[in-house]
Amino acid sequence: MSASEQDVVVRLTGITKSFLGVPVLRGVDLELRAGEVHALMGENGAGKSTLLKVLAGVHRPDSGRIEVNGEEVVFGTPREAQQAGIAIIHQEFNLLEHRSVAENVHLGREPVRRGRVDRRRMEEDTRKLLDWLGEDGIDPAAPISRLSVAQKQVVEIVKALSTDAKVLAMDEPTAALADQEVELLYDLVDRLRKRGIAILYVSHRMREVFDLSGRITVLKDGAFVTCAPTTEMTSDQLVRHMVGRSLDALYPDRATDEDLGEVRLALRGAGNQRVREVTFELRSGEIVGIAGLQGSGRSAIARAIWGVEPFTTGTLELDGVARRITDPRAAVRLGIGFVTEDRKSEGLALRQSIRDNALLVRRAALPGSAGRKRSDLAALLKSVTVVARGEHQEVRYLSGGNQQKVVLAKWLAVGPRVLVVDEPTRGIDVGAKQAVHRLLRDLARQGVAVLMISSELPELIGMSDRILVVHEGAIAGELPAGASEEAVMGLATGHGIGEVA
Amino acid sequence: MNAPTTWRPRLADGTAPVLAVLAVLLVALAFAGPAYSEPTGYLALLKRAAPLMILAIGQYFVIVSGGFDLSVGSLVTAEVVIAARLIDGQESATIWVIPLLLALGVLVGLVNGLITTKLLVPSFIVTLGMLLVLDGAVFLWTGGAPRGALSPSFRVFGRGGIDLPVLGHLPWSVVILLVVLVAAAQFMRSGTGRTLVAVGDNQDAVRLAGGRVVRLKVLAFVLSGLLAALAAILLGGFAGVSAQVGEGLEFRAITAVVLGGVLLGGGRGSVVAAAAGALTLEALFSLLNLLGVSGALESAVQGVIIIAAVAYASLGANLRLGFRSRTATESSTRSTPPPHKENR
Repeated sequence: MSASEQDVVVRLTGITKSFLGVPVLRGVDLELRAGEVHALMGENGAGKSTLLKVLAGVHRPDSGRIEVNGEEVVFGTPREAQQAGIAIIHQEFNLLEHRSVAENVHLGREPVRRGRVDRRRMEEDTRKLLDWLGEDGIDPAAPISRLSVAQKQVVEIVKALSTDAKVLAMDEPTAALADQEVELLYDLVDRLRKRGIAILYVSHRMREVFDLSGRITVLKDGAFVTCAPTTEMTSDQLVRHMVGRSLDALYPDRATDEDLGEVRLALRGAGNQRVREVTFELRSGEIVGIAGLQGSGRSAIARAIWGVEPFTTGTLELDGVARRITDPRAAVRLGIGFVTEDRKSEGLALRQSIRDNALLVRRAALPGSAGRKRSDLAALLKSVTVVARGEHQEVRYLSGGNQQKVVLAKWLAVGPRVLVVDEPTRGIDVGAKQAVHRLLRDLARQGVAVLMISSELPELIGMSDRILVVHEGAIAGELPAGASEEAVMGLATGHGIGEVA
Repeated sequence: MNAPTTWRPRLADGTAPVLAVLAVLLVALAFAGPAYSEPTGYLALLKRAAPLMILAIGQYFVIVSGGFDLSVGSLVTAEVVIAARLIDGQESATIWVIPLLLALGVLVGLVNGLITTKLLVPSFIVTLGMLLVLDGAVFLWTGGAPRGALSPSFRVFGRGGIDLPVLGHLPWSVVILLVVLVAAAQFMRSGTGRTLVAVGDNQDAVRLAGGRVVRLKVLAFVLSGLLAALAAILLGGFAGVSAQVGEGLEFRAITAVVLGGVLLGGGRGSVVAAAAGALTLEALFSLLNLLGVSGALESAVQGVIIIAAVAYASLGANLRLGFRSRTATESSTRSTPPPHKENR
């Protein structure tokens, strides 16, 4: 114990914090050691983000001690935390899209030579850091907008390291990554760990936590639950610690033969500039999953059905009638609903009330009699189990899970016959995830045809009655319910096409 | 929803302050001027304020959907000058000139809206251009001094009224204002109105929800143009013909809307508050006038108001939140915290 005691870089003891009188953290302890990955787990609203912000100097704790290298410190501003060697990689990147990698890395601390920014040194320093991390393939002079999501994350990390960070806190680092990119992140985290960086890893994904972390701290409702070495914990125990109940029935039952009805949506040889030769049928009552790496074209298929980037070749049939859908309005009026991947920028009008958001599609796309009926709104919000202070609350004050439920309510309000959902549970906590899963299955039981896209393989496999795997803009194959993750990944990466029959 | 849906007064955020300020000003007017000791004084104020209030309602539609309309001031001037030239004192011309003026307002709004949405030029620039074009056209056409005259039946809307048993003399402009205000408030409660606000908040979300964003935005500009034409008819009657009648009205209308707590950039605010903002502005100028403050100060006062109102809107939200947090902390020592986080 005494040996590891020396490695403790940061120690938080008895941290408490309240907002608007609501306690968010109630006496949390946390200990980060050099060269160790420490996972922080808990549902949304458990206080993880707040704890991160306390660590980063954004929030000042109401009480409790923060020690860095054994000395007590008080962070007044994020900059002070940064100077103490603590860096946070946020879920949403803080990068300037039109500036170069090097400029982003040195933002606010540009090296100056003769009164001017020394671009060459900036790029050299950035390259050195990239080399140190073992990342090639990122050009320090390239603008951020040209990088992939995974590469942007690397830039965020490099940015943190350039301030001599000793502690790196990563908030949901894989939320925006495809499965293949997650592997790269694993390597990166491993290299950082070997170089003596203390890593605080916040994630909802069980598998990552067990793969990566050395110790796990669990928070629930702002309180410290437990901290134990990862090897001494099972995933069941972990879930029980997090939610206070076990999640046996994680996914609802699949569709039975009686549930399946007529073919609702059929694509035959459909394609546009992003995808080609897409052929599949979607029956009422079933949930069909679309798997694929980020950028493989799985979202492009959804957006094409939706009319955002319409199909230019092939046919799309709805209930056996060929249709041309050239804009979202046409899609809505034909009974197609689409829950977009990006809930905040495409799904919701954040400053409007729950009510106005829930009625948005009905009012915007179906004016007249259908747009005016209103009596069922309360029942609708109840059916999606939105928790809020009232229907006039602005949606930006809701948690991610409740926001997603409002998005679903928006579509349920128009009673779609086909519902396309893109990453329906991204960034929402375990409890809300389950609610969304149950809702989607209930919809299918009522005869809606559901097309579901997700990068989270366990979810996709757990929910889908069939899985279509997309690879480089074309459907690489179809897998039955309950297929293995290996089979899906094989098709998605283009290796296993021959093996899976 | 778990909690029972509580009834909440439908005052949009930012409405309360302007109503409070307006109430204070109206009371102050009663003390400052003998004319305000009876209802007719206030009715006269309302009559004076009617054109600006109507302009502010039009401006509200554009601002709440995420744009600006700088062209309304010079549109008012153009309308009045054109009316005077076409009518030229002839009673018989009034009947066809009024529809023509309204149609011109619609046309200008349509052009503003279509250039903004189809050519993707920011509305600030489009309407600034329109302002200059209209200014120049009026100057070219009139050579600097407007000719012609308005007919008495045209001017009746701006200066005339109807004698009612209880209220006494009710000006037509107040009647027109009330009709416009009620119609605007009803429109903003309808599905189309709510969607218009949503466009100002997040137009991608509306487009992906199947909404016709272009059509809604054009509609906002058209309404603004139409109401500017209406304001011009009232102003022409009230103030007569001059080439300066609409000068600065666009900024006055924007000030009024901002004073009404409507968020610049769109997505929040109520149309009634915007109209109340215009009335507040007019009441303030009347009060300053009564107190002997020079009219030359009006634009300076307006400048201070617009900065203060926007500062209040962006800063005030934080201050109010801070205040609420302090009061909440005190009460939470006794009761359990409100369960507004997530689950349970």
